[in-house]
Amino acid sequence: MTKSHITATINGDVREFLCEPSDTLLQSLRDELGLTGTKEGCGSGDCGACSVTLNGRLVCSCLVLAVEVDGAEVGTVEGIGEPDKLHVIQQKFLEHAALQCGICTPGLIVSTKALLEENPAPTEEEARYYLAGNLCRCTGYDKIIKAVMDAAETMRGAA
Amino acid sequence: MATKVNFSSELQKFTGEVQTQVQATNYRGVVAEIVAKYPGLAEDEILKMAVAIDGEIIHEPFLEQIQEGSEVHFLYRISGG
Amino acid sequence: MSEAQDYKYIGQRTIRPDGYDKVTGRANYAADLALPGMIWAKVLRSPHAHARIRSIDTSKAEALPDVMAVATHVDIPNQANPGAINILAKDKALYHGHAIAGVAAKTEAAAEAALALIEVDYEVLPPIMSIEDAMADSAALIHEDLITKGMAEQPTSPSNVSSRMEMNKGDVAAGFAEADVILEREFRTPTVHQGYIEPHACTVRFDEDGQSMIWCSTQGHFGVRATTAALLNLEHSKLKVIASEIGGGFGGKTVVYLEPLALILSKKSGRPVKIQMDRDEVFKASGPGSATRNKVKIGAKKDGTITAMEAHLYYESGAFPGAAPLGPGCMTIFTPYDVPNQYVEGFDVVVNKAKVAAYRAPGAPQSEYACEMLINELADELGIDPIDFRLQNAAKEDTQTLYGPKLKAVGLVECLEAAKNSAQYKSALEKNQGRGVSSGFWFNIGGVSSVIINMNEDGTGTILEGSPDIGGSRASMQMMAAEELQMPTDTFSAIIPDTAHIAHSDTTGGSRTTFATGMAVVEAAADIVTQFKERAAAVWNVTPEQVEWKDGVAINISGDGKMTAAEICAAAGRTGGQITGLGNINARGAGPSFAVHIADIEVDTDTGKSDVIRYTAIQDAGKAIHPGYVEGQYQGGAAQGIGWALNEEYIFNKDGLLENPGFLDYRIPLASDLPMIEAIIVEVPNSFHPFGVRGVGETGIIPPLAACGTAVSKAIGIRMSELPLSPPRVLKAILEA
Repeated sequence: MTKSHITATINGDVREFLCEPSDTLLQSLRDELGLTGTKEGCGSGDCGACSVTLNGRLVCSCLVLAVEVDGAEVGTVEGIGEPDKLHVIQQKFLEHAALQCGICTPGLIVSTKALLEENPAPTEEEARYYLAGNLCRCTGYDKIIKAVMDAAETMRGAA
Repeated sequence: MATKVNFSSELQKFTGEVQTQVQATNYRGVVAEIVAKYPGLAEDEILKMAVAIDGEIIHEPFLEQIQEGSEVHFLYRISGG
Repeated sequence: MSEAQDYKYIGQRTIRPDGYDKVTGRANYAADLALPGMIWAKVLRSPHAHARIRSIDTSKAEALPDVMAVATHVDIPNQANPGAINILAKDKALYHGHAIAGVAAKTEAAAEAALALIEVDYEVLPPIMSIEDAMADSAALIHEDLITKGMAEQPTSPSNVSSRMEMNKGDVAAGFAEADVILEREFRTPTVHQGYIEPHACTVRFDEDGQSMIWCSTQGHFGVRATTAALLNLEHSKLKVIASEIGGGFGGKTVVYLEPLALILSKKSGRPVKIQMDRDEVFKASGPGSATRNKVKIGAKKDGTITAMEAHLYYESGAFPGAAPLGPGCMTIFTPYDVPNQYVEGFDVVVNKAKVAAYRAPGAPQSEYACEMLINELADELGIDPIDFRLQNAAKEDTQTLYGPKLKAVGLVECLEAAKNSAQYKSALEKNQGRGVSSGFWFNIGGVSSVIINMNEDGTGTILEGSPDIGGSRASMQMMAAEELQMPTDTFSAIIPDTAHIAHSDTTGGSRTTFATGMAVVEAAADIVTQFKERAAAVWNVTPEQVEWKDGVAINISGDGKMTAAEICAAAGRTGGQITGLGNINARGAGPSFAVHIADIEVDTDTGKSDVIRYTAIQDAGKAIHPGYVEGQYQGGAAQGIGWALNEEYIFNKDGLLENPGFLDYRIPLASDLPMIEAIIVEVPNSFHPFGVRGVGETGIIPPLAACGTAVSKAIGIRMSELPLSPPRVLKAILEA
């Protein structure tokens, strides 16, 4: 079976890759495009470690087929922040010790950015429910939510 | 004052008593003494255990010197997760 | 040594050195390594919970053009090694998910397709799925030659009970005779999983010259090396294990599952091999925490003095005997109480489930849950506040433990007092809300750690330490080196080399890393101070005793002269060679960590759902090197314990097959399930560590079980004694009441 040839804009760069019809976006990002920042935790859309944006919408890349992104825009953790400067969200995660093992962190950074673009002033409850799809087993979420609320406030101040 | 070796209820099945006194001043000497005194006590079972000397739990007591008058307990090695 | 003193560098909330890689996605975990020519492997797993394996025919799989290697049990070089049958099953499949064969192929899809072509002839046997089933008179035997150890009289026939142990202090019969109130209850906890988000995975390579390499995430890469080398008859010098960043372990990644199989397939195929467990494989085939059935009996006088404590504990071991954390379960259960009469009896029982692996303070959450629930009930019965009841009977320095030695200085009383004075404890509850308090105790361990600190020519240094970093420990290592050397924290980088570049360090677990590896870092740093003084003395033509090292500078106390570290290091070649500090130790004097938690829970009586509305976790850290990561351990432990209490359980069907091997139905706490968790650090220093450190990683998972168990019971006015308190179970109790 011939593979499909896909052209997508990943983090602002036009990238081309080959994939099988059954390959997920997660597999193509990690195995074809060398973008291993997006993680597989479950493969079934339950843990959020594979969170990316697809045409600006937050999705689980393990639930998106690679062929679906032809002509689309994909945003991964690698596209957040500048080469010489972290994004505020990333900086706040570090300052608040909002990560321990760090495996859920890329997904949370992507989801937090999507949250704050949609809702720049979330309440604690709104933040918790928006991020409920990103599982963390290490932190108990306390410091993550504090980092998110602090990032939101800083970003509102800078706006 | 001699060193006292205390036996847990598991070890009491082999020693028949709660406590004994030993002359040895190091761990290996203590093990040799109690294994000689209590025939049912298997040396390799003892060597698998951790030791508490005056309350300090030591998992690798191989080279331990033991002061006269100390209290020694044998206990299960803990590993943790 | 560790009186309350002002430290210059430790105790700060620094940014962890590996943090930038982790927030940008650059950090490399187990599944992130690809090698040229790499092929993919998959594992065929038993679809039965209990079956005899009559034959395995891999010929059709091997015939597929893309398949490059197949392996079964006969391919393990050291067949006699007792661990071999959990890597690949031999005569019996002992649990749903037990590994039967491995296939390596050019693509993941080809490997998957090949699995379906492996023909296994199973004789299905009745599965044993509970302690009751295992101990029933007519029970099928999982191991036909298993004779229970530790019984008063050795049994003549085999059973599913692998061992019994007992511990005794004082005279419980006399103690109960003195009591005014005696309560006796039975509690049950389910099989649970550590729940790390990163599945087990590895990339390995076996070369023609007999050298091999394993890249994997693990809590102990030296353990991976030792286990794999033993199974494959390899020399340690020829097997290099690289610890990737690790996406959670909690004890579950102290065990080796995939690496030996991967290496066998790599050798057979001549290619690098990658294996990743799917999420359902993680739940089916990697270590759960023991399900238990625990009976506890406690007697007390009207004035609140506890006179006797007795327990009979039954722990599931999984399919292999002796895997249950029975010893620690028995040793921890009553340790928070200074009571002269205590008796514990415990049993390790085999069932057709995956082999139990360590899970954060293994054994203690289950046994202490039972004791703490009963303590709360007894406090109510006596009309005494549950914290006051604990204070009255609290273990402290010189309390004789059940397992033998007396405790050294510990912080239980301080934690109880902090709980009593906490904002949460003073707050009022509303309708359908209940509050539960619980203590927790864990020993913590020391052990072997090896550290090298290399000083660079510019006076900066690199700390090489062999403890995989699960929770931010590299930041603490930097601070401890800084404190000992009296130089700024960012002078030192901290890295975790592979097994070829540093001597053995024991596994990251047992809450040992900040304590033992920290101690080794301090020793290596002290070694450098000694060498700095020698080098400066050589330059000044004085003796090292005439040199003082203060605030990062060598001072000639017998004349003029100051040298910075940078100056000494620049001159190192001229004064004898480069400066390296060594700290190869076996750390002793680990101090236990006590904790007290308070849970406020509101129950929706229409649905049985519990909401944790407020939570405080108080624990003794001895000395918090990085307060942010210490708090993180308290909060993370609390979250796992809350999940264990309120939702998590393995659900098996009548054939012993696991029905919920995924995060949808094995429901761990989400961000929307939890409130902020107030973390209060108590510091009663451990005098055996240079800075007073106590391990903190494990204790925090213990108190939530009884804190939540009591809170829910009080919220609904019904005594609940089986976990998890999931909505169906709570609703059923409400409707039947």
